[in-house]
Amino acid sequence: MPHSNINASSIKSAVIGDPILRLRGVSKRYDKLTVLDNLDMDIEANEKVAIIGPSGSGKSTLLRVLMMLEEIDDGVIELDGEPLTHMSVNGALVPASASHRSKGRRNIGMVFQNFNLFPHMTALQNVAQAPNKVLGLSQQEANKRASELLDMVGLSDKLAHFPSQLSGGQQQRVAIARALAMRPRVMLFDEVTSALDPELCGEVLNVIRRLGSEHQLTMLMVTHQMGFAREFADRVCFFSEGKIVEQGTPEALFGAPAHERTQAFLRAVTEAI
Amino acid sequence: MTELFPLLLEGTLVTIRITCLAALLAAALALLAATAKMSTLRALRWIANIYIELFRGTSLMVQLFWLFFVLPLPPFNVSLTPYTVAVLGLGLNIGAYGAEVMRGALLSVPRGQIEAAIALSMAPLDRFFGIVLPQALANAIGPATNLLIELLKGSSLVSLITLADLTFRANQLVETTFRSAEIFSIALVIYFVLAQAINLSMHLLERRLNRGVMKVSV
Amino acid sequence: MNGATLFDTQFALQIMPALLRAAVYTVGITIAGFALALVGGLVLALLRRSRSRLLSWPATGVIEFVRSTPLLIQLYFLFYVMPEFGLTLSALAAGTLGIALHYACYVAEVVRAGLNAVPRGQWEAASALSMSPWDVYRNIVLPQAIRPIVPALGNYLVAMFKDTPVLSAITVVELMLQAKNIGSQSFRYVEPITLAGLFFLIISIFVSLLVRKLEARLRLP
Repeated sequence: MPHSNINASSIKSAVIGDPILRLRGVSKRYDKLTVLDNLDMDIEANEKVAIIGPSGSGKSTLLRVLMMLEEIDDGVIELDGEPLTHMSVNGALVPASASHRSKGRRNIGMVFQNFNLFPHMTALQNVAQAPNKVLGLSQQEANKRASELLDMVGLSDKLAHFPSQLSGGQQQRVAIARALAMRPRVMLFDEVTSALDPELCGEVLNVIRRLGSEHQLTMLMVTHQMGFAREFADRVCFFSEGKIVEQGTPEALFGAPAHERTQAFLRAVTEAI
Repeated sequence: MTELFPLLLEGTLVTIRITCLAALLAAALALLAATAKMSTLRALRWIANIYIELFRGTSLMVQLFWLFFVLPLPPFNVSLTPYTVAVLGLGLNIGAYGAEVMRGALLSVPRGQIEAAIALSMAPLDRFFGIVLPQALANAIGPATNLLIELLKGSSLVSLITLADLTFRANQLVETTFRSAEIFSIALVIYFVLAQAINLSMHLLERRLNRGVMKVSV
Repeated sequence: MNGATLFDTQFALQIMPALLRAAVYTVGITIAGFALALVGGLVLALLRRSRSRLLSWPATGVIEFVRSTPLLIQLYFLFYVMPEFGLTLSALAAGTLGIALHYACYVAEVVRAGLNAVPRGQWEAASALSMSPWDVYRNIVLPQAIRPIVPALGNYLVAMFKDTPVLSAITVVELMLQAKNIGSQSFRYVEPITLAGLFFLIISIFVSLLVRKLEARLRLP
């Protein structure tokens, strides 16, 4: 349970130039294992952040607590100056209720490594489901939004297809469209190409690239695609054992890593190619 | 031989009717008990567990007899018709087995599905009825078919609490005509055909539910 | 308040001996029946897997037919119809045989699944070592096939036990019939039938625990 010595008066209201996402002292533990260790992190609006690191370093957990699929044990996360994981009650911060969390989630979209498309629905239905059920759009409006998004990711001819009839790359693109249908401010990508055959990665990365250049979106990506991170990200964070060991522009981090652990990781990754 | 048919047909119709009604009751109970057993409220879990263990652990015949012989007596004083006892007993019994099948099916829906639904801010009820339940039902069809056939076979026991189902009529005819070999053979064949009808309809239902779904074995 | 109470414990204690005797009888029938079902099931499974259609088709037919039809009528058949064909069985014999045959068909399917689960490579390796088919079955395949199906077999044992009341319909005086008789003689049904129900519950829980213990002991490290 997060400490309640963080109170509402210490939270500033949103000002232009303030980070859109703010993590303060965030920790997450599983039994004895600390997965996120007193994390402080600021993410600016429309920033593209790539998160790299060895497995078990807490990268995916970071995304999962941002999406509030899991609760944090310490610290606070703020979105746009408003507490996300907590809510202010009578001037004090208490853990957020389910409805507060649910409302907060609408601003954040997530794309999973295993796509997690709903297998009993077509591509169109997958994308239209949440706008219809959650945002209250009529079935017609939701379908219209869904077909526009699917067109944007290059799948306008696959609207009536079921996930089992689509390739991995196509499924992941549907998953991206589905997350975008909620018009989130922040998009989280959790190793979205790791489950794909190499030749299918390109189509997904292209969609992400276009999203970054054509839309106002803050994007956090946990990825093993170093080349893509180098070319696409504004900032790269190297995670290890629940902490940010080093972060900086791609040129800085990849070109001249300061920490030994970063160097060792990058060496191991390039050797593996 | 043809004079046997009317009575056997009547009995068959009774068997079909109680099987269908009991199946509906069992399905409802299975879903209720399965969700209750997975609920966060301890009281609900307890009630579900007691129901499931009691009706799975005791014999169908004992349950039917209890409902038929014991319930009318003091202090319960509840007299049910054989028809009601049949549907109730069969439904409660198969429902308890069905609850475990349903629970397994609900648990077999991959966690990622629920997480994706949460990530899309879907409300819990929408998640359950729109995402989890449809996939669970697709997985439950196989074991459910077996349970339905068990229900059909169990329905023959209602002849022992005086309900005029197929088995009852078969017995009746044997007692009057002594043509036991023919009559029992015909009865067996009718049950066999009914069982195949169940197999076929569940198979068709499975095809419909499974459009595009990948199956996970329960 | 009249003299009728819900559960007359005095009466319950009175009828316990008779019920216990019937319970032991029932357990005996179950054990004998299950032993027969295991053997019969194994034979049927092997016949069904046989490459000779002369053997596999009838076996499949018997298995599917017996599994899809009620035990009750199968018992009627053995007890009332068979004498016409020269085979007169006592109620006990007909009952035990009937329930054994019924469950042999379930056992057959489980054994068949177990045998199918043994990787093809096992058969091939054993044959390559020039082992006779019989030895291959006995020493290599069956031990591997049996282990994973023990829980399913245990379930059928419990299920068979709970099906023994059906034998009462052909006058076998097992636990349920004994309870019913006591009830109709004394006009008190609550105690005998409830006690009989309790017996079933306790014994099935006990057997389930035993099966789980057996499962644990058979597990490979």
